[in-house]
Amino acid sequence: MPEITMPKLSDTMTEGTLLRWRKKKGDKVEVGDILAEVETDKATMEMESFEEGTLADIFVPEGGKVVVGAPLALVLKEGEKAGERSTGSKSAPAAPAAEAPASRPSVSSGRPLTPRARAAALRAGNGGGAGGNVNEGVRVKATPLARKIADARGVRLAGLQGTGPGGRIIAFDVENAPVGGSAPAAAGASPVAAILPTPIAGMSETRVPLSGMRRVIAERLLASKTQIPHFYLSIEIDAAPMMAFRKEYIEASGGKITFNDIALSAVARAAMQKPKVNAAFAGDAIIEYGSVNLSVAIAVEDGLVTPVIRDAQNLSLKEISAAVKDLALRARDKKLKPEEYAGGTITVSNLGSYGIEQFCAIVNPPQAAILAVGAIVKKPVVNSRDEIEIGHRMSITLSGDHRVVDGAVAAEYMGALRKLLESPALLLL
Amino acid sequence: MPVITYRQALNDAFAEELTRDENVFLMGEEVAQYNGAYKVTEGLWERFGSKRVIDTPISEAAFLGLGVGAAMMGLRPVVELMFWSFAYVGFDQIINNAGCIRYMSGGLINVPMVVRGPANGGTNVGATHSHTPENFLANTPGLKVVCPATPYDAKGLMIASIRDNDTVCFMENTLLYGDLGEVPDGAYTIPLGVAEVKREGIDVSLIAHGRAVLTCLAAAEILAAEHGIEAEVVDLRSIRPLDEETILNSVAKTHRAVLVDENKPFCGVSSQIAALLAEHAFDDLDAPVLRVTALDAPAIYSMPLEKLQLPDAQAVVAKVLSSF
Repeated sequence: MPEITMPKLSDTMTEGTLLRWRKKKGDKVEVGDILAEVETDKATMEMESFEEGTLADIFVPEGGKVVVGAPLALVLKEGEKAGERSTGSKSAPAAPAAEAPASRPSVSSGRPLTPRARAAALRAGNGGGAGGNVNEGVRVKATPLARKIADARGVRLAGLQGTGPGGRIIAFDVENAPVGGSAPAAAGASPVAAILPTPIAGMSETRVPLSGMRRVIAERLLASKTQIPHFYLSIEIDAAPMMAFRKEYIEASGGKITFNDIALSAVARAAMQKPKVNAAFAGDAIIEYGSVNLSVAIAVEDGLVTPVIRDAQNLSLKEISAAVKDLALRARDKKLKPEEYAGGTITVSNLGSYGIEQFCAIVNPPQAAILAVGAIVKKPVVNSRDEIEIGHRMSITLSGDHRVVDGAVAAEYMGALRKLLESPALLLL
Repeated sequence: MPVITYRQALNDAFAEELTRDENVFLMGEEVAQYNGAYKVTEGLWERFGSKRVIDTPISEAAFLGLGVGAAMMGLRPVVELMFWSFAYVGFDQIINNAGCIRYMSGGLINVPMVVRGPANGGTNVGATHSHTPENFLANTPGLKVVCPATPYDAKGLMIASIRDNDTVCFMENTLLYGDLGEVPDGAYTIPLGVAEVKREGIDVSLIAHGRAVLTCLAAAEILAAEHGIEAEVVDLRSIRPLDEETILNSVAKTHRAVLVDENKPFCGVSSQIAALLAEHAFDDLDAPVLRVTALDAPAIYSMPLEKLQLPDAQAVVAKVLSSF
């Protein structure tokens, strides 16, 4: 009796929204048929069936948010009845009983989920509370309103001190709690309480609930800034050769490339020359990657995403340019697949087109370095003959994880990057 | 606007309707020549005569049945019970006949009757004269139940009840008959099934009907003055139909509900409100739904103890404070 569960469609996905059922209850289902469309924190995905039979039951209505692993629907083989367990099915092994409670399906409260799916989650030892408000068999005493607010704000109830009668957690306690709660923090997690806004008298305000994307941004960047010891190195390069190169490239090839394309190509190639920045901190080891998977920060509505250009050091400028254009278009339409976000080894963020001259980015964990590329600006410079002349300059700042990269190593990398950008013909080699 | 008593407001309502509609008549024990046991019908027999204001024998079952028959034939009887406690001998007429005929006739026959009188404890008249049967009657699909708290509501709800095509059980309160309030001249109606927020607040909803509304208003003043708590007071006015929307809107605003009820607690009106909130306001609640009701015992005859039996403002204040 195969139950279809919410698949984990990206490495950061903890829950998904069932956008649309493509099959109706009673429809025949073949292996490979598209059952539904699921929105993850990053993309809208089609969910394939790995089962064949009849779609006997749908547990989650369209629009329902479901935690990864929680049941979505039931597919029955011919002759099979609900409640039976088919012996030959690959879902047959009696895994559920042996599974640890923590890995059992949990449900996000306040969202449409069928009673059956919710009851299953409750039996599995999850209090049925907010996503994240699962606690090891101990029922947290909190009011329904407090639970609802905790869910919306991402506050963990366990560990909060309730100020209501009998220690009950009430809305007030949740509104004044740090996001993530004061529950026993994971190693390296911040013990510092978040400072949340309190109402301002006479102020009109609009409360925008966190989207999945914003929540991921909040969690990952907070983790990065609190867990990764950042340091910053800035260089200012002479952009005149790059400008001449771009002009010549466009005139000669007829193809259009941007300064960003040139910067991306240079970042990737420099990272192959100085592979220590193309790395990650793994707790008891440092992992150096053999290829450069370039994460590119792309602003989208309500946030930003960092899809990946794989093996970027091997791509021509033309190929990089095409790849970025394609990723940006599909990112804005939410059409990127989760695997296209995964596996980056170094990140580039470019705010030059907004006129930002210089800035410091936050490391994109678990990577060790991110490059912040600014705008090309005209400014007075002292040339080799000690004369002041008008120069075209571009600022680039590296933010590094000091656990992985030291200042000298990062400086060598920036040197290699400068050489490539100031002699861009090298990018054609 | 004229300031008159709750008693006079009802009397004015009868006069308006006796004048407006010749099918309206009053009936009950001593309603005519004696002007009513509580003088609610004072002067009406003199003014409208023996065909419109009728004294009955002491036989509630008989004259309630007479009322049902008259209403089925198109008249609009307003039947006084000296106490609603006396309705119990006439329950067959009220529940089986008045309450069921419209349904059992497939909607062909209406029973446009008002059954009215005081339904309250707290006046040292003993257990058999102190019943508050609004919950019993509201439990019957087919009956409407109204419990006004103020002179203004008493008049507007009475006129609406007389004009309603179903049987309305109209429950007054002997302790309120002398209360004064602003009441407009002339006829006006307050629709059945529409509650009123009698005091706006943001911290807790006090939900009540009848005299308990006044208890809540007094409690709200104490809460504001002494504890900085702004209570909202919702007056149900009608028990059935029940204005669920106003109740839910208030609780959605305050996130706390304390139900105040001179009914007994077991299967009382407040039980119904509590069930409503549990089902439809669950995620709005930041505290358990609490109740302040009459003590669960027959009406106590000892005067000092009887005082303790019904909710007072201090009991409401204490209950509200316990939820914070």
